[in-house]
Amino acid sequence: MNGTASPPPPSVPLLSVEGLHSGYGRIPILGGVSLAVGEGEFVGILGHNGMGKSTLLRTLMGYLPATAGSVSLSGRAIAGLSPTARARAGMGYVPQGREIFPGLSVHENLRMGCLLGGAPEAGRIEEILGLFPRLKAYLDRPGGALSGGEQQLLALARCLCGAPRIVLLDEPTEGIQPSIIEEIIETLQLIGRERGLTVLLVEQNLNFIASLSRRILILKKGAITGEVPPEVARDRAMIDEFVGMD
Amino acid sequence: MDLTGLVAFNVVTGIATLFLITIGLGVIYGMMRIINLAHGEFMMLGAYTAVTAVDHGVNIWVALLVLPPLVVGLIGLAVERTVIRFLYGRMMDTMLATWGISLGLIGLVTTLFGNVVKAVPTPVGSFEIGRYGASLFNLVLIGTALVAIVALLGLLRFTKFGLVLRATMQNARMAAALGVSPGTIYMATFALGSALAGLAGGVLAPISGVSPDMGAAYIARAFITVLGGGPAIVTGTGLASGLFGFIDELVSFQTSPVIGDVALLCAAVLLIRVLPQGITGRFLRRSL
Repeated sequence: MNGTASPPPPSVPLLSVEGLHSGYGRIPILGGVSLAVGEGEFVGILGHNGMGKSTLLRTLMGYLPATAGSVSLSGRAIAGLSPTARARAGMGYVPQGREIFPGLSVHENLRMGCLLGGAPEAGRIEEILGLFPRLKAYLDRPGGALSGGEQQLLALARCLCGAPRIVLLDEPTEGIQPSIIEEIIETLQLIGRERGLTVLLVEQNLNFIASLSRRILILKKGAITGEVPPEVARDRAMIDEFVGMD
Repeated sequence: MDLTGLVAFNVVTGIATLFLITIGLGVIYGMMRIINLAHGEFMMLGAYTAVTAVDHGVNIWVALLVLPPLVVGLIGLAVERTVIRFLYGRMMDTMLATWGISLGLIGLVTTLFGNVVKAVPTPVGSFEIGRYGASLFNLVLIGTALVAIVALLGLLRFTKFGLVLRATMQNARMAAALGVSPGTIYMATFALGSALAGLAGGVLAPISGVSPDMGAAYIARAFITVLGGGPAIVTGTGLASGLFGFIDELVSFQTSPVIGDVALLCAAVLLIRVLPQGITGRFLRRSL
């Protein structure tokens, strides 16, 4: 939090995934995903629908069992752990569809986020709300009454309340009005600059992923098929070459 | 005038009784979608806890109000750990399992205590409403129900456990991603519901008579009240108890308790027809 540039590339990656296989029942979705995310790094994964983006994050979070391969967080193997244990180990998750607790107020949703992280609740929420000023007006409203974009901000804020070591971010732009997409980009850039937040993002919105990611990995048919620098990702024609359906 | 006062007192007692016999079932069904067919037998175990404690010379108030929820809460904890936790999300299986547990408990208690009706002395006497005598113990019932309502609302609204409980019931997977262990929360909720069933059994023991099959007398009314109350467990159970208890007692007073039960059932059928989600499915949705 010293406001300087992003930290230097680390030697041991914070998150390391080797040959990860997963799927639903007998239907395989991931066929050997390998990737590494360094401390303070923002890595994007680009892929079309059905290529396994959400499956990858669900498997990393422990909702789906990995049928083969390894996942480690700072060198500690976590592949067999429950979602609860992974969350406690420092994995933050902002799921597709946001999954706000609809009957809890915005403030209560944030309090749920504060279960982890160890900091006193009130101060932590105050600090996070400084990053998400739009939420301040809605603290007493039920989470389910917020618009999609506001819910996305809330889901992100709730996740950050727990001070995760890495945030798994699943298609935050899905079904969200463009003004809030810009707001989310700015907020994430700010947090990344100020705190060196580590993020693994899956997305298909090119502008969003290119604005935030330091590296962009291409996920195709359940495997990482390449890596592109963010500048290339802004060029839809070139990206289609990489991500295309063949 | 005196008669009105007596009837009003009895109506309030009936409402409190209905709330007490329902709330344990409501906590378990409303929070976890588990239909606990052993609810009546958990009440029965609470009543037997009271009988046994009184027989051993334990202070009557401790025997009625403290030991039953503790003992039955622990039994519920054991049942959850050994049976229920393997069956989450499988409603039919949990119904079968809890039905089996209820039969087993009836058999066990019959073997241990015999198939006879036992009695617990009423710790307080009566007072007068004008020319009529009314049981002071009914005031204990009403007080217990009020304390239960306030304590549950306070627990859900103001404690961290209550917050985590509500979040887990709304979305257990997301709660897990925030570090909550849903299994632990389910365990605690089942134990809490069991303890409330035990409390109902204990506090009703002096007026109901204690026998191995006493649970059957309560279970139908408890289920009807839970369904009538809808998704907000405490408020819904309170409102449905108020409505059904009022109708039951008033009709019972005018005719007979059997007709009173019939009236309760008819009221419940009508209510579910008009409000399929129960009272709090339509009104007071944000209540707890």
